[in-house]
Amino acid sequence: MDFFLQLFSDPVGFYQSHELLIAQIGINSLLAISIFVTLFSGQLTLANVGFMAVGAYTTVILSLHASTPLVFNIALGALLAGALGVVVGLPVLRLRGVFLAIATLGFGEALRFGVILNLPITGQGQGLKNPDADPLGGVVPILVALALVAYLVWRLGSSKLGQAWAAIREDELAASSQGINVPLYKMSAFVVGALIAGLAGGLESHINFFVDPTEYGTTRAIQVLTFAVVGGISNVLGPILGATILTSLPEVVRQAQDYRDVINGVILILIIVFRPQGVLGGGGLALIRPRWWPRQWTLTRARTPADA
Amino acid sequence: MAQQLLNAIFIGSIYALFAVGYTLVFGILDVLNLAHSAVFMLGAVITYSLVVIHAQPFFVAAAGGILASAALGLVVEYAALRPLRRRQAPQISALISTIGLALVFVSIVEQSKPGSPLAWLWRDGANSVRFPADRVPNATYHVAGLTLEASKLAILVVSILLMLSLGYVMRYTQVGRALRAVAENPRAARLLGIQVDRIFALTLALSSALGGLAGILFGVALSDVSPYIGRDQVELKGLAVIVLGGMGSIPGAVLGGYALGLIEAIAFIRFGSNVEAGVAFLALFLMLVVRPQGLFGARLRERL
Repeated sequence: MDFFLQLFSDPVGFYQSHELLIAQIGINSLLAISIFVTLFSGQLTLANVGFMAVGAYTTVILSLHASTPLVFNIALGALLAGALGVVVGLPVLRLRGVFLAIATLGFGEALRFGVILNLPITGQGQGLKNPDADPLGGVVPILVALALVAYLVWRLGSSKLGQAWAAIREDELAASSQGINVPLYKMSAFVVGALIAGLAGGLESHINFFVDPTEYGTTRAIQVLTFAVVGGISNVLGPILGATILTSLPEVVRQAQDYRDVINGVILILIIVFRPQGVLGGGGLALIRPRWWPRQWTLTRARTPADA
Repeated sequence: MAQQLLNAIFIGSIYALFAVGYTLVFGILDVLNLAHSAVFMLGAVITYSLVVIHAQPFFVAAAGGILASAALGLVVEYAALRPLRRRQAPQISALISTIGLALVFVSIVEQSKPGSPLAWLWRDGANSVRFPADRVPNATYHVAGLTLEASKLAILVVSILLMLSLGYVMRYTQVGRALRAVAENPRAARLLGIQVDRIFALTLALSSALGGLAGILFGVALSDVSPYIGRDQVELKGLAVIVLGGMGSIPGAVLGGYALGLIEAIAFIRFGSNVEAGVAFLALFLMLVVRPQGLFGARLRERL
């Protein structure tokens, strides 16, 4: 309760005492947005954490071995992640549904075990120390980046590109018969997601003293998916809300810290069963309708992450 | 070299046993049960706690572990799959809800310490333990310069016998025919008087019993029982196996299991342990890109 009391009574003090939490919420929101973009186009891909690793390692390696400015390092990391997105997307995006999900998960782990753990420049299993880490100074850039990305993705959603993504999600065949270049638009969603994930990785590496290869595994990939599923993908605020709720949950309920994953798991099941459109997103609950709840408000066909 | 190949066959048997359960659910329910690896882990954990905490003989404990795994399969069905089927949710929903269930299972075990409410289930938190050597029969034989452990031989025999009998059941019994009918077309099967929901529950129980048994064998043969053996050691490798063999194909899963064991052994001999750990994912990725239906997969068009 102290958490909320302070949030509303003393926002400045709250910000100062929770800067790291806020930074983590920002990073997780960026990641959730990156998976939101692909979900919005009807594809469930789990490669985001791999792209995040590319961004993080590029940023830290550059600041170790080159004297380029940080902004340049992070930008280059994001661009490399985007470029890798094109390379991976070309073969993988022909797949659909669970096959796409598995292939992208396999890509993330293959990158981690096959490349990162074997190259001398990435410090192999030891990870990399980041000499320029700045845990507190990194918060503002993260929030600025989040605001910028959220705004851009929100605008994209209503642009021609976003309309094409939505059309593909609803019915791929119908979309292609309307002259939408389905492979191209799928690829663009995948690459935009990779860019955002790479950016998140670069920003996160800047607030940590250490880049740890175990951070970029399947567990994290699934966590990111959880953010988007819980928040809902009707618009860009959903993933941000999901990331905020789930990241701050252990802070809000201190006693529950140990049982965080139990709570996460239960929330995930309850959401996907009873509210597949996420916390944000119209309609009521699936499967349950109290007698007094108007029938037309119940969920018939909502936009769910699972439509991929 | 020969020893490495022998180990490849042993670990391949475990992969195969684990993956058969995975692929059974995918073939019949058309969903990917990602809680399967958590059941694998719980099979080993429950057996371990029956042996060590509750002082049962090993074979009684193993039977208990397998039964508990089957029951957990029913938990997966009733908590994570059936409500989604009632709503006719998309295929991916089940992927997400079973991920949730796996999270719950793993973290419950991980948080069980002496004094916690689940101390009867597990006492070692996030640590890895091994079965006490004097409680688990595991003789060692030396044949022609090779080291053979009884537990690993048992794995080979048990898994081959089980997979043969599964093949027999699927092909020649009434239950097997019902299972195959539901896999082919649930609606038509229901019209023919098959109780489809019951078949689904049976599938989950059967698949989870196999998964739990694989977990027990893994725990004994590799002397490693921890909350993470499912998630870290076999979850994605099991996926690689069923992708190699073709999703939904039982013989494919068996051969895929041995193929992966062999691929890993070769990678280890040629390139070392780091590459060994990653080669499964590389195989998974390449297989999906080059031949998504796997070595034995059918029904490619509709599944893609």
